[in-house]
Amino acid sequence: MIRHSAAELAAALEAGETTSVALTRACLDRIAEVDGSVHAFLHVDAEGALAQAEASDARRAAGETRGPLDGIPVAVKDVLATEGLPTTCGSRILEGWVPPYDATVVTRLREAGLPILGKTNMDEFAMGSSTEHSAYGPTRNPWDLDRIPGGSGGGSAAAVAAFEAPLAVGTDTGGSIRQPGAVTGTVGVKPTYGGVSRYGLVALANSLDQAGPVTRTVLDSALLHEVIGGHDPRDSTSIDQPLPALVEAARAGASGDLTGLRVGVVTELGGEGYQPGVLARFTEALDLLVEAGAEVVEVSCPTFVHALATYYLILPAEASSNLAKFDAMRYGLRTWPEGVESPSAEEVMRATRDAGFGDEVKRRIILGTYALSSGYYDAYYGQAQKVRTLISRDFAAAFEKADVLVSPTAPTTAFRLGEKLDDPIAMYLNDLATIPANLAGVPGISVPSGLADEDGLPAGFQVLAPALADDRLYRVGAALETLLAKKWGGPLLDRAHALAEEAAR
Amino acid sequence: MADAPGPDGTSAARVEITRDEVAHLADLARIDLSDAELDHLAPQLSVILESVASITGVAGEDVPPTSHALPMSNVMREDVVVPGLSAEQALSGAPASEQQRFSVPRILGDEQ
Repeated sequence: MIRHSAAELAAALEAGETTSVALTRACLDRIAEVDGSVHAFLHVDAEGALAQAEASDARRAAGETRGPLDGIPVAVKDVLATEGLPTTCGSRILEGWVPPYDATVVTRLREAGLPILGKTNMDEFAMGSSTEHSAYGPTRNPWDLDRIPGGSGGGSAAAVAAFEAPLAVGTDTGGSIRQPGAVTGTVGVKPTYGGVSRYGLVALANSLDQAGPVTRTVLDSALLHEVIGGHDPRDSTSIDQPLPALVEAARAGASGDLTGLRVGVVTELGGEGYQPGVLARFTEALDLLVEAGAEVVEVSCPTFVHALATYYLILPAEASSNLAKFDAMRYGLRTWPEGVESPSAEEVMRATRDAGFGDEVKRRIILGTYALSSGYYDAYYGQAQKVRTLISRDFAAAFEKADVLVSPTAPTTAFRLGEKLDDPIAMYLNDLATIPANLAGVPGISVPSGLADEDGLPAGFQVLAPALADDRLYRVGAALETLLAKKWGGPLLDRAHALAEEAAR
Repeated sequence: MADAPGPDGTSAARVEITRDEVAHLADLARIDLSDAELDHLAPQLSVILESVASITGVAGEDVPPTSHALPMSNVMREDVVVPGLSAEQALSGAPASEQQRFSVPRILGDEQ
């Protein structure tokens, strides 16, 4: 039962073949069985999830079902505030913090009747590409437990890849939904900036952050996106117009027909620095799109080569401001400095921020403080904001020639735990292909493209669309998924055996 | 900061950030860093700064800056009262509280 998609489970619920309590219990059993090895969850709320499942079953019995996903369990990244459930952002500074309110995304999950299984692991404050920067220990990749599940949302991706949850919510600031999707063989979507409310999402870089679906199928992402998306007056950057018809687009795409679609291959997102097996699966996937009727054009986005540098100025600048609120006064950790008699609030603040933040968070706060300091502001932050304009212009020009743009999602497959932990630049390079979309606010999806020949590990195919055209991601993503499943004789995740081997040991 | 790009954004040959400068930035960011942390961070920050300095000069004077991908201005909600947090809820995560207020360490120094 746990291996079925959310759409299949919803059909089973509707047909009366199972109950939400049974589904939720199956997920909780699976978590108990494998999460000791995977560590996708920081907190599991068995009691709360079962109570919500019972309520869902009661609604269904009374004919008052709230929507297609009523009763389907979901896991939530620990960066989204959940009333009554701990929210740590993977940081010691928020250890044990229980928010007094729900993020809008969480409110919508509850209103749509999805039982919340728990909170998923992440790099501290979403800073990282491997989930190794979590203060509570790394998450492991269900394909190979010695490897990273991607990041920052490695917990959400691993939870769906390990069949602990059919659905999860992630957040994507520079690739934190899409890159984990790629390296775990799952689907992840970063919606158009402003398409999903950021109210209650603990901000990393507020001009880049966007919450989105993490699932095993493209249709499931569309279903979840329709639940969490749409205008929210509590977020001043929320887009005040209806979402496109996402589920409809995913169903249309699943026919496998892409006649008339123009697919742009971005010259700058490929080649050097990309693993041969990742590129081979990308090229094969592209060939399938052509067979389905798409026309391929090559497009150049020359400023994309500066996207990584732009991002690593804008992000730390925004993060250093956003994280100033962790001051040991109103919530979170308070650490008293050692050997200081009657310390001042400022001394307590300094000691707390030293004890509460990990290495990567400190690196980025200091970098951001530097980039924003007088004398350097124009050269760094000011310049980065201008390059951001050029990146948006590159996208605009490319979307004149193509309906969607495509690239490998991440340059490599999952690397080994510890391999890049103390080499920030090597770690940052993971987000090479995903960052431009965040800088320009356009939506993107990662769909599994197959296993790389070198290591037998999953790779991802990224599709990007113009702002507000999220439906195109679902049409193209679903078409590719259908064509690849036909070629493989089933979904890619059927070939992930690490957990089965672990269980047999 | 030898050869760091100046305020005019011209030279970006080599960026080096010294241990003392990292200590000063940590001070501005209100983080106590140990000696070991300073030794570890300073060279890493230099490498990062060197790699991001490549954007210097990429965009000309005439390019406007972008702060948000999809800019919106004057976003207002309806002027309607909605329930907020109770004092109890707002204080629920406080390290210490007293008389329905956040209780904090002393704010002023001895000489003040």
